[in-house]
Amino acid sequence: MSEKSTISQPFATTGRSRKGEPWVWLTAAGLTFGVLMALGLFILICVKGVASFWPQRIELLEIKGDTTRQIAAGIPSQERLRKDAQGVEHEELQFFHGNRDLQAEAFRYYDRSQIVRSTQPQEMWWVERSENGTAFIFPKQVESDGKTIQAGDPAFEPTLDRVLKKGREVRSRLRQIERKEIGAISREMEALNRAERSREVAPGLAAERRATLQQEFERLQKETAEMRAELAKSRLLGSSADGREMVFPVETLLNYFPSNRAGFFERVAEMVRRMSNFLTEDPRQANTEGGVFPAIFGTVIMTLVMSLMVTPFGVIAAIYLREYATQGMLVQLVRICVNNLAGVPSIVFGVFGLAFFVYFVGGGLDQWLFADKLPTPTYGTPGILWASLTLALLTLPVIIVATEEALSAVPRGVREAALACGASKWQMIQRVVLPASMPGILTGVILAMARGAGEVAPLMLVGVVKLAPSLPVDGIAPFIHPERKFMHLGFHIYDLGFQSPDAEAAKPAVFATAMLLIIIVVALNLTAILIRNRLKKRFAVSSF
Amino acid sequence: MEDDLTKPIALMNDFIKVDHFNFFYGEKQAIHEISMDIPERQITALIGPSGCGKSTLLRNLNRMNDLINGVHHSGDIRIAGTSLYDPKVEVISLRKRVGMVFQKYNPFAKSIYENVIFSLRVAGRSRRKELDETVERALQSAALWDEVKDRLHESAFGLSGGQQQRLCIARAIANQPEILLMDEPCAALDPLATLKIEELILTLKKQFTIVIVTHNMMQATRCSDRTAFLYMGRLIEYGETMQIFERPKETQTEAYISGRFS
Ligand SMILES: Nc1ncnc2c1ncn2[C@@H]1O[C@H](COP(=O)(O)OP(=O)(O)O)[C@@H](O)[C@H]1O
Ligand SMILES: [Mg+2]
Repeated sequence: MSEKSTISQPFATTGRSRKGEPWVWLTAAGLTFGVLMALGLFILICVKGVASFWPQRIELLEIKGDTTRQIAAGIPSQERLRKDAQGVEHEELQFFHGNRDLQAEAFRYYDRSQIVRSTQPQEMWWVERSENGTAFIFPKQVESDGKTIQAGDPAFEPTLDRVLKKGREVRSRLRQIERKEIGAISREMEALNRAERSREVAPGLAAERRATLQQEFERLQKETAEMRAELAKSRLLGSSADGREMVFPVETLLNYFPSNRAGFFERVAEMVRRMSNFLTEDPRQANTEGGVFPAIFGTVIMTLVMSLMVTPFGVIAAIYLREYATQGMLVQLVRICVNNLAGVPSIVFGVFGLAFFVYFVGGGLDQWLFADKLPTPTYGTPGILWASLTLALLTLPVIIVATEEALSAVPRGVREAALACGASKWQMIQRVVLPASMPGILTGVILAMARGAGEVAPLMLVGVVKLAPSLPVDGIAPFIHPERKFMHLGFHIYDLGFQSPDAEAAKPAVFATAMLLIIIVVALNLTAILIRNRLKKRFAVSSF
Repeated sequence: MEDDLTKPIALMNDFIKVDHFNFFYGEKQAIHEISMDIPERQITALIGPSGCGKSTLLRNLNRMNDLINGVHHSGDIRIAGTSLYDPKVEVISLRKRVGMVFQKYNPFAKSIYENVIFSLRVAGRSRRKELDETVERALQSAALWDEVKDRLHESAFGLSGGQQQRLCIARAIANQPEILLMDEPCAALDPLATLKIEELILTLKKQFTIVIVTHNMMQATRCSDRTAFLYMGRLIEYGETMQIFERPKETQTEAYISGRFS
């Protein structure tokens, strides 16, 4: 910098060109801000999401009020500062108690200054159950097959493990009976009723068949009753922090974890178990507990069906627009309209989907194919097919724009070469232009999938529900049920966060679900990107 | 094709007949009243400064210019006596008889194999044996077989520029056309690759009637039997290559070949 040229300097020496102009700094600052915001959001969601699975230590608090003394067990969740009427600030600790069957609120704030003692007793357990949520207990005894084993006995935990395993087996058998077998009977009953109404079977025959079905139904009911009675024979007894007796029948007892005794690796294993449960199980407790499997399934299926519908349609439209239509005012106008379609608020698509797909198309299908089931609608009600179609419409502009761009990027030389080889125009498009624009088209599909998978508002009108009784694809003939309602991760987040009876309890699940949604969208995109890159590598653009 | 061998070879001197041909891009006339006879199984070079209409003339021989909006023509072009503009002539069948190689090599985003047999595929021919034979024959003719025979199913983009251009030649001759049009086939290549292509062109003469556009006068003298000099859309002089380069009759021709303008 300090070196001076011997000849006089005819150029400006303010140094602006070296240091960069203020505008450069402004744009850099803008970018940094944007990146930080996005990164911050992502990290927050991931940290909170992962933390929601971590088995924390259970704390036992002794709280001394002016006149009261109280013992509480649970895990600290957050802190706040509260000003009381006199303007004195209180540092407060929010504490998750669980044990919803003993007290109304699972969360409570305690004044820090009133907490006189806080310990982590080795023998406290974290208990998961299918009703009333989490419990924190001192285990006392397990009763199984008429035997009672006290806590502390070396056979205590092995016995409990055996009981739990048995419970899981019986529960899954019960679910099988209730969902599949009893479901099959009631479906046949319905079909019988319809057939009888339309006089397709003789009344005598129908009555006979109905009697057998009724018998079968009673047999199954007896079987389940017996199984339940069997389950009721085993149970875990324990006591809450303040010494109240708690009973956990095996029918609702899912799991236990001695969190305070467990070492680091045991806790990691527990976290992995909780995560895998989250991924594979059905939701419980108004969706705040259990897993989100149906929502994952619904999201993925809907996104895939949407992509399968929108891609061919969009590509064909783009081919006509770019390759066949005479480029003029009209085509330009169509192009502008298509682009504007991308800007229409998604809820409008939802309304359109409801009116057109659900009521008009679906209602029409019902009249035509499922008239015998009316007035119960089959397709004339929101469902996953209509949701996929609505989103396909919503993402159509993305595909069209991307495809048009990709088509116009195919060099003229290649097109002429194809024609010079005696190809017709369609052959040229199909065999040369389309393969060459595949990477670009796939980019469009990626964008469409990302947009579609994250969309919630229109789905609420055309098929998403907070709790779907069954999956859109399952083992019951005809195996694929495009008319069924479905669950969706995006809607699940909304439902947990804003519709849940206990918003505090739902918070960890909100973060976990949000993280999962992000992961799924990223995974779908990565898959598409991988496919695209493989295509690109295979047909790497020639270097001059 | 087989009976070609038994027939005595009687080559036509006016295999391609350009007859008072005018061509317009909208209002702009690019070809003015050109008439010329192109003999069978010889190499005819089109030379002239940039923008004189060489490509336009060449691209009319397989009606490639039809694709451009607002073009029209008058006069006629006949191949073996049949007018290209006869309403009964299908453009596709014409292009099957007239192969074309472009200035910028332009293989498809496909394997080497699929590139070569493209013209067979679009003609609906897909017997494995025929395809395999065609690939070998065309690549042999294009002097590329030995270099690529082990990687036929790899992307064509993996080849060097000169190889890609020879692949394009193989692709153009795969379906056994009678005429091969080449529009500055060496313009994008280095001197060594150019030399290879020139050798190749000379061997191809035995089977094809070749019309080649070139900017390179040396190339015209090395490769061609006859040369046509075009200037501003007009045919100034047309004759034996030797005669054009050694004893040009027109002053404009002489000026051009002696490099006084380009
Ligand atoms: N697609 C086109 N539209 C309008 N004018 C064109 C087009 N192609 C070529 N021309 C014009 O026609 C004339 C001849 O062009 P061209 O045959 O490409 O010349 P050359 O190949 O001899 O360099 C030039 O003046 C050029 O500007
Ligand atoms: Mg040219």
